[in-house]
This record gives sequence, C-alpha cells and structure tokens, in this order.
Amino acid sequence: MDTLSSLADGFAIALTWQNIALALLGCFLGTIMGALPGLGPSNGVAILIPLAFTLGLGPTASLILLTSVYYGAMYGGRISSILLNIPGDEPAMMTCLDGYPMAQKGLAGEALSLSGIASFVGAFFATWGLIFLAPQLVKLALLFGPAEYFALFALAFATLGGVSSTNQAKSAFAAMLGLGLAMIGVDTQTGVPRLTFGEVHLYDGLDFLVAIVGLFALSEVFIFLEHRHGSADAEGKKIEVGRLSPPMSMLKQCTPTMLRSSVLGFVAGVLPGAGASLGSFLSYSMEKKLVDKHGTFGTGDPRGVAAPEAGNNAAAGGALVPMLALGVPGSGTTAVLLAVLLSLNITPGPLLFQNNPDVVWGLIAALFIANFMLLAMNIPMVGIFTRVLMVPPRILMPVVAMVSFVGIYGISGSSFDLLVMIAFGVGGWVLRKLDVPLVPVILGTLLGNTMENNLRRAVTIDNGDWWTLVDSPLSLTLWAIAIIGFILPIFLGKVVRARMHARRDEEGSTAD
Amino acid sequence: MSDRIFGAVGLFLALFYAWATLQIEESFLSDAVGPKAFPLIIATILGISSAIIALKPDPEPVWPSLARLAEIAAAVVVMILYAQFLPEAGFVTATAVASAYLTWRLGTKPLQSLLVGVLTSVGIYVIFHLALGLSLARGPFGF
Repeated sequence: MDTLSSLADGFAIALTWQNIALALLGCFLGTIMGALPGLGPSNGVAILIPLAFTLGLGPTASLILLTSVYYGAMYGGRISSILLNIPGDEPAMMTCLDGYPMAQKGLAGEALSLSGIASFVGAFFATWGLIFLAPQLVKLALLFGPAEYFALFALAFATLGGVSSTNQAKSAFAAMLGLGLAMIGVDTQTGVPRLTFGEVHLYDGLDFLVAIVGLFALSEVFIFLEHRHGSADAEGKKIEVGRLSPPMSMLKQCTPTMLRSSVLGFVAGVLPGAGASLGSFLSYSMEKKLVDKHGTFGTGDPRGVAAPEAGNNAAAGGALVPMLALGVPGSGTTAVLLAVLLSLNITPGPLLFQNNPDVVWGLIAALFIANFMLLAMNIPMVGIFTRVLMVPPRILMPVVAMVSFVGIYGISGSSFDLLVMIAFGVGGWVLRKLDVPLVPVILGTLLGNTMENNLRRAVTIDNGDWWTLVDSPLSLTLWAIAIIGFILPIFLGKVVRARMHARRDEEGSTAD
Repeated sequence: MSDRIFGAVGLFLALFYAWATLQIEESFLSDAVGPKAFPLIIATILGISSAIIALKPDPEPVWPSLARLAEIAAAVVVMILYAQFLPEAGFVTATAVASAYLTWRLGTKPLQSLLVGVLTSVGIYVIFHLALGLSLARGPFGF
C-alpha cells in the first residue's frame, strides 16, 4: 500500500490553490488548443513551455500546468471532429467517423457529452494504470547500466517512427538530424568545442526549447501561410449543439466499449512507437469487429464515438509511463514534456521516483484533479469551446507566432535565439513537406547528449571494449526489440497506414 | 524528384558533418571513446539513410506555387527583421507590425489587420508583461 500513501502525499502537494489554479488554466487552454484545427497537444505544450519556464514556476507546478494542457488537448480534439468533421488534432481523426454523422442526425450534444464521458473513463483508467505500472517499470530500470540505457535510447529511436510509418529511412534521417544537432557545443567530458565553427553563441549548444517551438509552432504558421488558409472552418456553418446529456440507455450500451477501449488504448500508449493515434484507431477497429453486428458503425453509432475517445485518452496516460519511469518518451507530446523536465534540471527515469517523489506523485494527483475538471468543463461548458472554432486562423496563427517569439525571447533575451528558432521553423516546414517526421528530430536534440554519455561511460568502464554494449542479456533483448521494431514497419507500415486512411475515406464519403 | 534532391542534400550534409567532426581538436585528456566517435556514427547512419531516400524516393509532395513560396519567404524575412529590430524598436511596436503583416497575408483586409496587430501586441503585453511580469524588450518609449 506504499503506492496509495505516496498518492495521498501527491494529493497534498497538488491541492494547493496555486496548483489547482494552474491545472484549471491548463485544462482550459488545452481544450481550446485541442479543439482548434492546426494546434494539437504537442505544439500547444511547446508554446507554453517557455512561458512556464520564464514565469519561474517550480518543477511540480510547471508539470501540472503542462500535463493539464496535454490531457485537455486530448479532450478538445473531439469537438471539431464531431461538429465539423475536421479532426482538431490527429488522434481525434477516428472520432469523425461516427461523431459527425451523429451531429448530422441532430445528436451533436449527445455525441459531445458521450465522448466527454468516454474521454474521462479512458483517462481515469490510464492514470490508475500509470500509478501501478510505472513503479514496476522503475524496478526493472534500476537494473539498467549505461550499456542498457544506450540500447534503450536506440530502441526509442528505432520504434519512434511507429507501426504506421511508411518510410523508415526518413525516420532514421530525422533521428540522426536531431542527434547531430545535439552534438553542437562544448563536449561535456573533455571540454573541447564541437561543430561550433567558432560561433560563441553555439558553445552552450542549441537550446532544445528553441528547436521545439520552431519546429512545432512556427512551421504550423508557415503551413497556414502556404495554403492561405485564413478563414475559420466553422464560418458559415450553423453549430447546433442540442441537449447536453446522453440518455442512460446510450451510456449503458457504451460502457463495455469504453472499458475495453481504455485497456487497449493504455497498452498502445505504453508501448513504444504506438501512441494516441494508433490507440484510437485500434480501439475503433476492435469495437467494430466485436459489437458492430448491424453495420451501424460509420453512420452515427454512439459506440463508434466512445471507442476512439476512450482509446486516445487512455493512450495519452499510458504514454506518460515510459516517459516518467525510463526517461524515454514514446510520443511527440511526451517528448515535449521531457523537455520541460530537462530544462528544469530534473532527470526523468528511475531516480526521479526516488529523488523527486513530490514531482511524480504531485503530477499524478494533478492528473486526477485535471481529469475531473475536464469532465466538468467539457460537458456543461462545451458551448464555450464551440465558439472558439469561430476564431479564424488569420487572427489566431499570428498570435501563435508572436507568443512563440515572446516565450523564447523571455528565456534568453537574445535575438540570436529568435533567428535560430526561425531557421527551425523553416526547416520544420520543409521536412513536413517531404514527409519526414519531426518527433525524432526533437527527441534527438533532447536525448543526444545523454545517449552519448551513456555510450562513453559504458565503453570507458570496460576499458575501451565496444562489445560491452551487447554483452548482457538485458541489452541484447533491448537491441533485438529495437531491430524488430525498426524493420517491422518496412513491411507492415504501408498496410496499417493504408487501412487507417481507407477506413476514413470509405466511411467519410458516406458521411458527407 | 524532390526526394532525390533531398537525399543528395542529406548525403552532402552527412559528409560535411563527418568532415566537421574530424576537425575537432582533441584534448590531451580524453576518455576511451573520445569526442569524435559518436558524431561519426551519426554521420554514417545519416549518410546511409540519405542514400536510401535518394534511391527509393516517395511519391512527389505537392509543392506550393511560386507565388506561395514567395509568400513564405516574405514572412521569413519579416520574422528575421522582427528578431533584429525587437531590441531597438521595443516589444509593442515590433510585435504590432509583425502580427499585422502576418494577419494581412493570411487574408484579412489591410485596415482590419492593422487593428488586429495592435490589439494582439497590446494584449500580449498586458497579459505577459503587466500581469505575469515577463520581461520583454524595451524600446525607446519604454515598452
């Protein structure tokens, strides 16, 4: 019952006025960011990091703010899926399939409230899963030496492209680009400057916050400029919400679906390379196979709304497990959260649970609190968030750009960092056009130095013998998983991705 | 074609990266691995993956028209100017100009953009500087 008493301590930390206010703010901002097409959980969190940082919030407080944004964005994504048939963020794609048809039948309010409850169930179970699974993973991680850590990082990079990745060469390119950027600066072990070309600004290395905000937030602005997509998607459409509570019979019908999807989503979130999008896709497909006896999925079946929402919120919680317990994130947003920890000088991983239990358990308790807040916000107050959809990107995107500039300038007060950020924004735009994933780039810049240090430590301990990297069963297992995880998508990726899109197209066309 | 060019650029980048790594002057005090080994591994994998990208290109992405590219280039120039002049012009002035420009280019009417720009700038100033106490660039007028 150790865990429960730690959790109680966590609640004591989270239940201060400041932390409650931050959680409330985070939930609110997160839901808005999730609801707006073009802003998702990862760039939402990215924009807010520098702010949390410059405001001088402590580690626990910053994490509470930012994970509330993360959970909030997962809730918010469904709003525009249901009302406009445009996913607010990627994991909400599957919610369009049945959510929009429901809205067309005049059941928008029911769909919104049902999906809100499904999100709550998914996130609630995932948070419990996090509580029980993370400490177990920590026990395993304590057996890791530097060689195993090096293998673990390799595993993270190899699987980051995900099962749905179609071009592993591009994922590898992205990871190496990120690692390569991390090498810039003075070498921590020998003190020699590397790859700085005499530029003094680069001696400290590139600030990964600058890279993250540039790649995620600014590149989005360029995408909007490219398409000159300035008017709101909701413009000219009448949004009718209707009654905001699902009938009991609907809830009853959906309960088993929600529970099954939560479990599946959580597992998908914990596993490397899966993440929330896949979690919601798997949940939807499974439910379609299991309960869709009359072929109602895709025509506004409430279970088709509950399944992906429970799935993606559970996956969001699951993705926190490897990030907190191992220090190795499995998804874009958790990579961004890792950046928060690193910039606050906290090293995630097994020692986090020993050295900073207040951070971990305060965070977990805050997740529970945030989840209840989100439920309250997303059902009775969902009307406010539907108004947000009316804000046109031509006003919103410049605000995003300016807030990014403010955040980065606030940290360093240097124009040089702003220029680097612009360069990352342009680079991010080009990479996105070329279909190169950005998350490995981020993870590379974040973990590059730790990864190298582990490599050098491992080899140095063994007097320069490189075979030490593969001489324990644990590291061999990790390498094996890494290699399989990298090779598998080469054969499976096309199939999985084609299915994800085929299902959407096929059923999307009946919806329109 | 885009992927072939991209792969070639990547290959060149990998070679350049390897060359730059070899220029690192090692200190007389070094660990068994040294500061060059890991960057060289990176350069190798970077090179291999670039070569694969060039040899097995994906379908061509949809590139924007020249006019749209110019649009993005212009926005980049505005942002660079913004970064350069921020310390001199002060936060409120520079931000109002930059966000008015972006709003205008995303399709708002000119006069309205000016208003939106000023409102954005003042709004951010009030929230982040006056309410939250973030230090922003001070211009000649103190804001």
